[in-house]
Amino acid sequence: MSVLWISILIILGVASFLCLFRIFRGPTIADRMVGVDIMGILFVGITAITGIIYNLSFLLDIAIALALISFVGTLALAKYLERRTLDD
Amino acid sequence: MTEVTVVDIIGYIVILVGVLFDLLGAIGLVRFPDVYNRLQSATKSVTLGTFGIMIGILIVTGFTPLGIKALICGVFLLLTAPVSAHALSRGSLRFGAKMWKGTVIDSYGKDKLGGPQIESEEGETKESKEKEDEVA
Repeated sequence: MSVLWISILIILGVASFLCLFRIFRGPTIADRMVGVDIMGILFVGITAITGIIYNLSFLLDIAIALALISFVGTLALAKYLERRTLDD
Repeated sequence: MTEVTVVDIIGYIVILVGVLFDLLGAIGLVRFPDVYNRLQSATKSVTLGTFGIMIGILIVTGFTPLGIKALICGVFLLLTAPVSAHALSRGSLRFGAKMWKGTVIDSYGKDKLGGPQIESEEGETKESKEKEDEVA
């Protein structure tokens, strides 16, 4: 595990913390959903980088499953968002 | 440490460019003023960045199981991330999230929702004036 991989993981972690900031401080629900979606895609990248560091190919299977779950979850949340209004 | 070939260096450069795209997308997610601007910045650049990470892994490892799975994962992300972003932006427009007040045109809101969904500066000033009157 060289300096390159450590710095890449640190940069991805900083990006995830920026998404976390948007999830906590978002003015509306839509902002929080955007943060969750982007954070899911970033976690896919982190899992793939970990897979290449330790040379484990099953971590890429986990990354594919994570991308699928993030996609379906975002579609369900967007469908839920269409049925709501700002009042409640 | 094993020897580093030229192909490895090209793969590392592609991975680094992808990671920098990820970081820029996350910074745009924090800095932009509006739901739609945030969605545009973050989704485009984060999708491209993660695809770059996957292509870099394919270049570094070659056609091993790890590389082929990375290619499949990257193509899957490239196909599904724009779909989810489209659904999110449509849902938030129907939900009633207003656009930033510097937005120039809103054709979808004008056609389908009966008026542009741009946040007005006058309403805020009216409310603040009313509050000032109440205080006075």
